[in-house]
Amino acid sequence: MPAVVASFVCGLIFGAGLLISGMTQPAKVLGFLDFFGAWDATLAFVMAGAVAVASIGFALARRSAAPTFAAKHLWPERRDIDAPLVAGAVLFGIGWGLVGLCPGPALVNLAGLSLPIVVFVAAMMLGMLGYELWQRRAVPESRPRSASIATTPSDG
Amino acid sequence: MHNLTALSGLLGGALIGLAAAALMALTGRIAGVSGITGGLLQARPSDRGWRIAFVAGLIAAPLLAALAGAPLPRPAMTSSLVLVAVGGLLVGFGTRMGNGCTSGHGVCGFARLSTRSIAATVIFMVTAVATVAIVRHGLGG
Repeated sequence: MPAVVASFVCGLIFGAGLLISGMTQPAKVLGFLDFFGAWDATLAFVMAGAVAVASIGFALARRSAAPTFAAKHLWPERRDIDAPLVAGAVLFGIGWGLVGLCPGPALVNLAGLSLPIVVFVAAMMLGMLGYELWQRRAVPESRPRSASIATTPSDG
Repeated sequence: MHNLTALSGLLGGALIGLAAAALMALTGRIAGVSGITGGLLQARPSDRGWRIAFVAGLIAAPLLAALAGAPLPRPAMTSSLVLVAVGGLLVGFGTRMGNGCTSGHGVCGFARLSTRSIAATVIFMVTAVATVAIVRHGLGG
């Protein structure tokens, strides 16, 4: 239960960061991605601030034996650059460039219940579900493998 | 560069990094929003509590801000509803296939100096820049 409360608070801080940074506004994200228009560099500053603080925090977390409310740190273990990673990143990049929303900002924006955001989040969940079903059908023998993936964490 | 909001960007970014660091230090999890959300769609109910809590926190942030007088986020979209739906499908499918998004690969992956995550981030950034170039400026102007 403490882990669930901690997770809620982390989500809250994460959401506040997205709001303050302006990254919940698709216009600002698309402004960064528009290299050939009126370029808005804000996203680079957001990434710099986030990576700097997370790097220090992760280094500190690595020094502790275990997380406060869990048995162990679930650091991602995969290092390979495989075809699904590349293809998935390309598909995500196209969707991100079309709309200017990635999963975090989309969920934060859900609080405003505007029609385009509801449509985007519904489609996003459908896309995620579609991948689950497609993967299960494509490799039915991989049940033990996907079970081990679920315990060893994904990259994000 | 006339729309740059560097200071609020840095501050907001620092909060995002703090949340990612705290989630790892407290619960041992990577703060990747697509991974957290996508995990809810897998058939493992025991693993759901913290995921639902994190997503609830994301949605609660603007609601708390609204209590303090801020407007609820209802961002203007430049694309049609059909394009928004297509984009949503691609973002959902692509982030699950590629195992992460801007938070998991971008923020956490760079902070861990993971070549896999850095590769994914470079690929989705370049693809997104190319997509915006085509949508806004057309192929060949």
